[in-house]
Amino acid sequence: MADEAKFPYRQVVMVGAGPSALAAAVYTTREDLDTVLYEKGVIGGLAAITDWVDNYPGFPQGIEGLKLAEALQAQAERFGADIQFGEVTKISRIDGDLTVETTDGSVRAGAVLIATGSDYKKIGVPGEQEYYGRGVHYCATCDGAFYRDKRLVVVGGGNSAVQEALFLTRFTTHIDLLVRSKLRASEVLQRELDEAVQSGKITVHLGTTTDEIVAVDGNVTKVIGTTDGQKQEFITDGVFVFVGLLPNTQFLANSPIELDEVGLIKTNAGLETSLTGVFASGDVRSGATMQIASAVGEGATAALKIREYLESEVRNAAAA
Amino acid sequence: MGKIITIYTRTTCAYCVQVKRLLDMKGKTYSVINLDENPTAEAHVIEKSGARTVPVVMVADEDGNEQVASIGWNPGALLSAVA
Repeated sequence: MADEAKFPYRQVVMVGAGPSALAAAVYTTREDLDTVLYEKGVIGGLAAITDWVDNYPGFPQGIEGLKLAEALQAQAERFGADIQFGEVTKISRIDGDLTVETTDGSVRAGAVLIATGSDYKKIGVPGEQEYYGRGVHYCATCDGAFYRDKRLVVVGGGNSAVQEALFLTRFTTHIDLLVRSKLRASEVLQRELDEAVQSGKITVHLGTTTDEIVAVDGNVTKVIGTTDGQKQEFITDGVFVFVGLLPNTQFLANSPIELDEVGLIKTNAGLETSLTGVFASGDVRSGATMQIASAVGEGATAALKIREYLESEVRNAAAA
Repeated sequence: MGKIITIYTRTTCAYCVQVKRLLDMKGKTYSVINLDENPTAEAHVIEKSGARTVPVVMVADEDGNEQVASIGWNPGALLSAVA
């Protein structure tokens, strides 16, 4: 049995503090369920590093991603959510007790919600890791202003790539947008992109792979790519990469929690995973639509399912 | 006199908010230089850290000698540098 004297007990442990977990925490704390959230990165998740959110209901003019994240955090904390910095390394059930191991120690949990979301994928080409933060970036709102009156390459063709490229045009002289196949961004964003292309701020290169990021004396100078089998060079001062999402489930390797073929967490209709008492919601869940609004909705659903689960555990204990 | 901690930030940087929150939780005092409001400090950050990213945290000793404590969101490096 888990060491009760050593490990504190929390009714609800949430892994992650993005929109889905913060929404869930609003619900659990309003039910007076003692709730702790462990976040290893940024509170608010990818939403917090998105420059502008135009499709979250309730904000007719849109809202800065950081402000939306701060509002979600404030609402959860208003009802008593305990947000901790820390990385969860393992979730298991030991002799009936759910145990969550973190970099700051272990806790026993009545129920667990995994809402770790996703991070931006790397492209895995020479120069990417070497010049990270020094010419290669994944956060336009953090680092874009370093490229005032400079040229940039943006890699990717989805919503994030197009939206962040448009954001970066406020600083840059020109952006080459390298798209491996075709544009997958929404129609609204593609119309905005067309305007930026017409005004000469962005050039789109479809069917173009990114092969290498080259620097001279530590400063990124060009990107080498391939279009229709032909090598191309794109002169640039920096590279921003937005090529899709990688689920934050590495810590679940060798756990009894079942993942799908791309590493997302499988759940049933009640958002419960293959480990009883452990739930998942938001971008990390298999079948998620990768939208802030749906992540928040799933968080609320998960919270209600967690309440049902904890109530059933109490009933079962009383009947035993 | 303890270490003098300076955080270089930008207005829209979520990771910068995290760094401030972490130092607040640890009871550390610090000053903030927002590069959006103080663009001349940008060259200093690039020169000292080699990085074109924020947050950058620098720690100075009593003689004002600044060392880079952390670049980006790196709580392990930050906490060990300000301990």
